[in-house]
Amino acid sequence: MSDDVAGNGAQGATGTDAVKAGLARMLKGGVIMDVVNAEQAKIAEDAGACAVMALERIPAEIRKAGGVARMSDPEMIMGIQECVTIPVMAKCRIGHVVEAQVLQALEIDYIDESEVLTPADEASHVDKRQFTVPFVCGATGLGEALRRIAEGAAMIRTKGEAGTGNVVEAVRHMKTITQDVRRVVSATPDERFAIAKEMAAPLELVEWVGHHGRLPVVNFSAGGIATPADAALMMHLGAEGVFVGSGIFMSEDPPARARAIVEATTHWDDPEVVARVSRGLREAMPGIEIGELGEGGLLQTRGW
Amino acid sequence: MSAEGTRRPRVGVLAVQGAVSEHEAALVDVGARTSRVRVPADLDGLDGLVIPGGESTTFGLVAGESGLLDAVRLRVDQGLPVLGTCAGMIMLARGIAGGGPQPLIGGMDIVVRRNAFGRQVHSFEAPVDVSVLGDPPVRGIFIRAPWIEQVGPSVEVLAEHGGHPVAARDATRIVAAFHPELTDDRRLHRLFVEGLGGSAAGTEHEEDTVVGAQ
Repeated sequence: MSDDVAGNGAQGATGTDAVKAGLARMLKGGVIMDVVNAEQAKIAEDAGACAVMALERIPAEIRKAGGVARMSDPEMIMGIQECVTIPVMAKCRIGHVVEAQVLQALEIDYIDESEVLTPADEASHVDKRQFTVPFVCGATGLGEALRRIAEGAAMIRTKGEAGTGNVVEAVRHMKTITQDVRRVVSATPDERFAIAKEMAAPLELVEWVGHHGRLPVVNFSAGGIATPADAALMMHLGAEGVFVGSGIFMSEDPPARARAIVEATTHWDDPEVVARVSRGLREAMPGIEIGELGEGGLLQTRGW
Repeated sequence: MSAEGTRRPRVGVLAVQGAVSEHEAALVDVGARTSRVRVPADLDGLDGLVIPGGESTTFGLVAGESGLLDAVRLRVDQGLPVLGTCAGMIMLARGIAGGGPQPLIGGMDIVVRRNAFGRQVHSFEAPVDVSVLGDPPVRGIFIRAPWIEQVGPSVEVLAEHGGHPVAARDATRIVAAFHPELTDDRRLHRLFVEGLGGSAAGTEHEEDTVVGAQ
């Protein structure tokens, strides 16, 4: 959380913490949808998405295809930027500084340093403080979230288990973060030293969480959300918004499902609305039981 | 809901999507009670309304379908005071430069340009002199911000940045392209809430008149 990359644009100071974390605040209560081309991006925008995530293949396809998953073709990203007015995000590989620089050069609105792509560096994540464009990163617990924030992430999302259509891991990660926060809040000042050590997180960020009772940046949920009820469940568990990857465009009726998930995210605490929008959406994406993936098949264990 | 002594105005925050809790915190700091507005019935009994930053296309679509947009438009046209920041300013404009199919609340005689300062990499913060707030300047946080391109005679420009109007007001509306709710500076929220006392009573009276006339 430092302003050391803040530059001077024509109008004022760019890339400050307030500007980077501020965009995530504007996305709250919204749905960010994975899209692989301009046509899908338009469907997402018309359904009320608050942002789109441009990527070459959605996570379920990446799972199927195997091999190395990389940053998307700039041509495709630019095509999406031209056809929508909402923020456009894109993914770089964990630790791939140059992919991140390319995405910044393309003027992507948010970079997702994502475990869905094949990691490029097994030791280090990108030093996100060096960028003007803000980053979102995945986390499975508070320690991981605070490590990413220390590196400069301006937004956090649960990792979940992308491309499975199975929400169980997102639930686990969101509850873990919430429980970790509660533990830090109720800890005495001296206990927080031990927690910082145990979580491998910077002490000052642990203390910040202790004082404020929440993460220093916005926390969305991602990974396995496939239905309006899944989205509402994550909001119920304290997510400030949701990413939906494969859940929309792997389903039978993407425009209707996209729209329904947006409605369910806004009205998550009104079961009548969630019931109404869940009707007649046809088939959701086929799901995968997490146990079937085996250790090697998990994306959430990428990064540290 | 106690109202001992002076009456605290009740301000709703449009809660379709966006930076809702930040506005709630600012409103509470300046002595207002807050509630969230997601369906038309949530507008009942409000003395004022805040339309936060967020994605204006999302606001338009989600609030449009549920009838909330029409309900807000009706109340605003009847004189319900409104504060809009960023996307909220866009929603209150009578038009968008460059067009677009997006549904608006409208009513304020301004035309705005969306994302006028550019994409997120060009988002910035800078001191902004807001005439009615005096010294010091406001810390203006501009996030994919709009600016105002045309201003009608009923509208007073309150601030400019880079030669473009970025804050304005008319009889019942205050709009800003930047985000005071992301800072600790409560002057704009105080200006809005302090203006509610008289107009809140006026709104109730006006509604009575409308009912009587029908």
